[in-house]
Amino acid sequence: MKPPPFEHHEPTTIEETCSLLGSLEDAKVLAGGQSLIPLLNFRLARPRHLVDINRVSGVDRIYERDGGVAVQAMVRQAAVEDSDLVARICPLLGVAVRLVAHRVIRNRGTVCGSLAHADPASELPAVLLALGGHAVARSTRGERTIPADQLFSGLFETTLAPDEMVVEAWFPASGRPFAILEESRRHGDFALAGVVRADARLALFGVASTPVMADPRDPTLGLQPGGDLEASADFRLHLVRVLTEKAFAA
Amino acid sequence: MRINGVDRPAPSDARRLLSDHLRHELGLTGTHVGCEHGVCGCCTVLLDGAPVRSCLMLAVQAEGHDVTTVEGLARDGAPLHPVQQAFHECHALQCGFCTPGFVMSVVGLLAQHPHPSAQEIEEGIAGNLCRCTGYASIRRAVTRSVELLK
Repeated sequence: MKPPPFEHHEPTTIEETCSLLGSLEDAKVLAGGQSLIPLLNFRLARPRHLVDINRVSGVDRIYERDGGVAVQAMVRQAAVEDSDLVARICPLLGVAVRLVAHRVIRNRGTVCGSLAHADPASELPAVLLALGGHAVARSTRGERTIPADQLFSGLFETTLAPDEMVVEAWFPASGRPFAILEESRRHGDFALAGVVRADARLALFGVASTPVMADPRDPTLGLQPGGDLEASADFRLHLVRVLTEKAFAA
Repeated sequence: MRINGVDRPAPSDARRLLSDHLRHELGLTGTHVGCEHGVCGCCTVLLDGAPVRSCLMLAVQAEGHDVTTVEGLARDGAPLHPVQQAFHECHALQCGFCTPGFVMSVVGLLAQHPHPSAQEIEEGIAGNLCRCTGYASIRRAVTRSVELLK
């Protein structure tokens, strides 16, 4: 058995999910599992309870809301990739999702799961931030909207409470021009550094503990990325400058 | 869950990964297990027709779904599946460890794009690693698969 012991819960409604999250100690939501299951396989995560939302009904819709696109909790990344609605209203999201790993991973992975996991080198949190979107979080205490600039609080950390789940992510329409550019070692890998341009707004990923907004005229101002075997801090700063220039040259 | 068209019981332990369930409980050892974190692609199977990593799924999550493994593509003694035939003809394997994953990814790719462009082929196999470095012949096998599937 690779994953550590856990109790597996399979609620079928949002209400049931929230009441499980509200009553269980040390519970984690399992959606697409493309980040959480590797963590379990390596025993880097040891939650006592997994609240698996794959059998929850009515949470797999992509729909138009307030001039943008709402993506519900169990919408797979592949569905966003293939969505005509996303291509029409928020083409930036449609382009960005194709940079997330590989199609085989996107067949399982979810958009809301990527946001809740909050990997600093992943694309979708930076897209949500650049566009000024939000996440809708639900618990037995009610529902609240968390703007992207208040959602990501640290390395793999969000301001979601332990009893809350993301029921929906809302991406505003992406005006033109837009761009998402990243540099990675291999196709489908996490980015060494990446930039998202949404009209005049710029968000960076892979260069801080969370995605960050930056000034397009001086994108590395105040930035102190880490260095590792894949890329030194200086190289990451270099990438940010070059990618920003390319994104704003269009 | 239906595996290669046959109803099979789910494991009693929710911790059992789909990849391990296929291999250890059901003896379907055609699904290979490499990295166990979704990087190598060896364990790729079809879930309701779409390729997924079986090492990144709990077996109990497949309950109520259709799973196809490499064993399900062609019965023993029957002619090979066109994608298997193409891999055979194009020498698209050396040691063969990665092959079941590649074959299942290509079956999924061709279901989504029956006439893939060169770029779609590259992207379609980019999630699978071959350490014998046979990518050129694997690419040829995808093109040959398209011809054989006509």
